[in-house]
Amino acid sequence: MALDFGIFCKNTLDGGVVDHCFSSIFGLASNSDPSYLDWLVTAWGWTLLVSGLGLVIAIVLGILMGALRTLPDTKVTYRWLLWLSTCCVELFRNIPIIVQVFLWYYVIPAFIPPLKSVPSFWLVSIALGFFTSARIAEQVRAGIGSISSGQRAAATALGLTTLQTYRYVILPIALRIVIPPLTSESMNLIKNSSVAFAVSVPELTLFAMQAQEETSHGIEVYLAVTALYALSAFFVNWVMTVIEKRSRIPGVVSMSPDAKLAH
Amino acid sequence: MKKSLLNRIAMVACLSLFSGAFAASPTLEKIKSSGAVTMGVRESSIPMSYTTGDSRFDGYHVEICRMILGDIKDKLGINTLRINYQPVTSQNRVPLVQNGTVDIECGTTTNNTARGKDVAFAYTLYVEEVRIAVKANSNIKTIEDLNGKRVASTTGTTSVQLIRKNQKAKDIKFEEVYGKDHADSFLLLETGRADAFVMDGSILAGNIANAKNPKDYKIVGEPLSVEPIAIMVRKEDPEFKAAVDDAITKIVKNGNMPKLWNKWFLSPIPPKNIIVGLELSPATKNAWAHLNDKPAEDYIAK
Repeated sequence: MALDFGIFCKNTLDGGVVDHCFSSIFGLASNSDPSYLDWLVTAWGWTLLVSGLGLVIAIVLGILMGALRTLPDTKVTYRWLLWLSTCCVELFRNIPIIVQVFLWYYVIPAFIPPLKSVPSFWLVSIALGFFTSARIAEQVRAGIGSISSGQRAAATALGLTTLQTYRYVILPIALRIVIPPLTSESMNLIKNSSVAFAVSVPELTLFAMQAQEETSHGIEVYLAVTALYALSAFFVNWVMTVIEKRSRIPGVVSMSPDAKLAH
Repeated sequence: MKKSLLNRIAMVACLSLFSGAFAASPTLEKIKSSGAVTMGVRESSIPMSYTTGDSRFDGYHVEICRMILGDIKDKLGINTLRINYQPVTSQNRVPLVQNGTVDIECGTTTNNTARGKDVAFAYTLYVEEVRIAVKANSNIKTIEDLNGKRVASTTGTTSVQLIRKNQKAKDIKFEEVYGKDHADSFLLLETGRADAFVMDGSILAGNIANAKNPKDYKIVGEPLSVEPIAIMVRKEDPEFKAAVDDAITKIVKNGNMPKLWNKWFLSPIPPKNIIVGLELSPATKNAWAHLNDKPAEDYIAK
């Protein structure tokens, strides 16, 4: 089995050889027909854009929903918020991601016409963000649940309001606890972004399916795409590890081994 | 004792190796000895090759293949020939023919030089024309009218590359949108997310025939490309290909082709009794008159 990665230096119009592998996106060559390498890089960009937007939506919404789900049921408004957040989480958690993407792309715009003019990558990012937010919400809820009840009681005894308790006492510890599961959720999101191909976002999976048909070099194309997915996921992993290390408070959260030694 | 057994095994192994190497045609041998043949079919390529439910398959190419296999059965002088149907996809059809899972593929495979390196193609009996489908009230008439519009095509097909080439050649710009399969691309056109759907004529006609209201759509413009769609067989077995080609020649000589066309493209077909309504094109007529197995690249020069 001989691998021929030379296909990435061919142009996407008729498979002819281009002057420079990066022939069009960086303007390196006078030959302006894009090569498969250009297309691969552009596709990677779309994957990162869709997952990046999705991650922002997922984290903001996930922390909010997760916190709301742990509210004490002492007031009517709290009970309403509890009910609302539980509904949200269960709704987005129990529908397969590809179905959610189709719902946002075909079904919801049929009822809300202005959504028809929204670019498809935004709709996919929203779908990915909502889907992942439900999972993050559950992890945040579990994180908050793992904090001893004495913390909340102490905050109340100090005269802090519920909002202040969450802002200054509960969330700062809970969020540090949930960093490891959050890391795998972020990596999952990058991998899940491959569903975007189904609604015409020209990302890596779409590139792989189309380029392997055009070049008849499926193995090389899928190897390159695999490497880029793995690289993106590893990058997220690294960023999260750095955040975890930087934000650590010695003695407070005993998740990592060297933190345990500090005891 | 042990030694003689080993010898015997070695001898049998040698014999089977030789008989394999010298057999006239491995495929014909296999058909003769097993009384069975495996036909590769598509699930939903109406009307070329598709399922009518209950793991039964039918279509223009499937019926022709059954006629071919009937002819081969007579030639081999066997009484019964069981046909096993193996559904294939665009991605696995070539490997399955190469590795011998499928003996004869009767789907919608374009005969081109790239595939010609891995497999062989029988005489072409259907020439596909890539066309443009639009909504009936649209004012798009030619490829030039697509300028500034959104054009749908299906991921993993040669049409995507074709519209890209046309963009450059005609110096027009349009937004490409991709459906994950033909039904999805048609949904893009139906919901107004695309203004046109560029694809093989028979697929467009089939999707329009299946639509909620077929009158809402029309096929316009000159063919963007012409591609021979052929029956696929193994490359290492020229004798089997010759037997298939002989059978095709016989079928065409007997004047069966216009009847077959009428049956699959112009009459109601099972299971939903829809009419595809695709008229016989001059290119296909020409292929019947001058039987050949030329790849798509040879059609471009014309």
